[in-house]
Amino acid sequence: MDALYGLFIAPFADFGFMQRALFGSLMLSLGACPIGVFLMLRRMSLSGDAMAHAILPGAAAGFLFYGLEILPMTIGGLVAGIIVALGAGAVSRFTIQREDASMAAFYLISLAIGVLMVSIRGSSVDLMHVLFGTVLALNNEALILIGGIVAVTLVSLAIFWRALVAECLDPLFLRSVSKMGSPVHFIFLGLVVLNLVGGFQALGTLLSVGLMMLPAAAARFWTVRVEPMCVLAVLIGFASCIAGLLLSYHASLPSGPAIILSAGVVYFASILFGTRGILRARIIHNRHRTA
Amino acid sequence: MTQTCLTFRDLTLGYGSHPAIHHLDGAIRKGSLTAVVGANGSGKSTLMKGIVGVLKPMAGEVVRAPGVRAAYLPQQSELDRSFPARVVDLVSLGLWPKRGMLGRYTAEDRAAVSQALMAVGLGGFEKRPIDTLSGGQLQRTLFARVLLQDADLILLDEPFNAVDAKTVGDLIALIKRWHGEERTIMVVVHDLDLVRQNFPETLLLARQPVAWGETRETLKPENLLRARRFHEAWEENAPWCEPDEHAHDHAHGHDHNGHDHEGHDHDHSAGPRAA
Repeated sequence: MDALYGLFIAPFADFGFMQRALFGSLMLSLGACPIGVFLMLRRMSLSGDAMAHAILPGAAAGFLFYGLEILPMTIGGLVAGIIVALGAGAVSRFTIQREDASMAAFYLISLAIGVLMVSIRGSSVDLMHVLFGTVLALNNEALILIGGIVAVTLVSLAIFWRALVAECLDPLFLRSVSKMGSPVHFIFLGLVVLNLVGGFQALGTLLSVGLMMLPAAAARFWTVRVEPMCVLAVLIGFASCIAGLLLSYHASLPSGPAIILSAGVVYFASILFGTRGILRARIIHNRHRTA
Repeated sequence: MTQTCLTFRDLTLGYGSHPAIHHLDGAIRKGSLTAVVGANGSGKSTLMKGIVGVLKPMAGEVVRAPGVRAAYLPQQSELDRSFPARVVDLVSLGLWPKRGMLGRYTAEDRAAVSQALMAVGLGGFEKRPIDTLSGGQLQRTLFARVLLQDADLILLDEPFNAVDAKTVGDLIALIKRWHGEERTIMVVVHDLDLVRQNFPETLLLARQPVAWGETRETLKPENLLRARRFHEAWEENAPWCEPDEHAHDHAHGHDHNGHDHEGHDHDHSAGPRAA
């Protein structure tokens, strides 16, 4: 019993920074995982990654002017991310170019600007900080920020849920009955940026995509409906955060990668054992009903 | 006194600078059932898109009578079949005009969904994931959605593709039921026998209307021959269509009797235009 306590509870009970890390990362999962589900269903899984790169110049600008302060970096990242999201979205909506191409163009330009800005003054250590963050150093400011982002995300999802599902399922139909199609797409891109920015203090710009996409990708193997998929993704996100933090604590590993790798383990397990996974498909394959 | 549901005023729709529907004038009577026929590329689907509003006119306009709500079943749906949704989720989208983005679905709505599925012969399919449906079943599911939209103007673009003979019969019966309910219906169809048997009015298109009116009249051999001579391809260096050539039409053409320019040789007297 004591061993179990020592293994699972004590790290969180005894250390304030672990509690903060746990609280922050759980909140992040609550917002980011459902967003990840929709990114995946819209075949924009890699767009999250692109957006994560795109927020770099904004975060770097904040960092250059104010040092390692959460608020300027967040606002900068938000601005850069929104410019790229709106720009890429607008190009794909109003020209013949598809969103994958316009997104690639915009984020690469943005990334280059970001790297340039970091290299003007900072060292590679600074860059590492922006890119990989650290969940173990979440201060109150950061927690409040994450809380706000999660609240905005969940409320927006609740309001625009039906439009978002319709826009994913049958965009032409949505256009024929409503003018919500384009607005809802941009609102969604805004939420993606918001959640990536929320995650970058904890996990860094690059790994925050991991918490968004991996639970979603894993949840896809378990259910055939959107609502349970989002709930499951959040639960997988929770489990990954807890497991990752414990792993990081006991094995002295960096926390961000530990969390994402935990989600990766769940992903691989889901590929194999999910109700729509490989093993089950192979076994069921040999049996069928009469009608 | 017949009421007009749709009015086309000098409507030109197209892609790039090339028209697919060229200076269309005319009107669709409320409660009419019109088949839209024509060769590939003659502008049938384009006209449908123009009416729904997903394609903006290059010139002219489509005017809907006030309060007319349209339901549209496109030929090439942008439906994502891999999306994790059940039949009931897809059909429920048809409640959008009634419930909008935020309105709750009531028990009555759910009953309506089941009834709509029943009406297209898919009773009990509610919980089936959409990626397990056959092509014909999916088409009927989309019909159920149109049914649920409860629209005054129903636009069906080649709804009988990939549908077996029995189902075509069912769907025709459904269309006739709508017709009986005084809804205005336009259907793009390729099967001329089907048109002759079931559609009172026909619009024969070849970028411009070749003939428009009572089906037997419209589908006369000489009209069909004229439609067949239609040249499908765009001419990259076709001369520009000068605006004033048609403008004079409108200067004294507000009563829509004055479209007499020589390029359009369709049969005006037969056109079901509201005077």
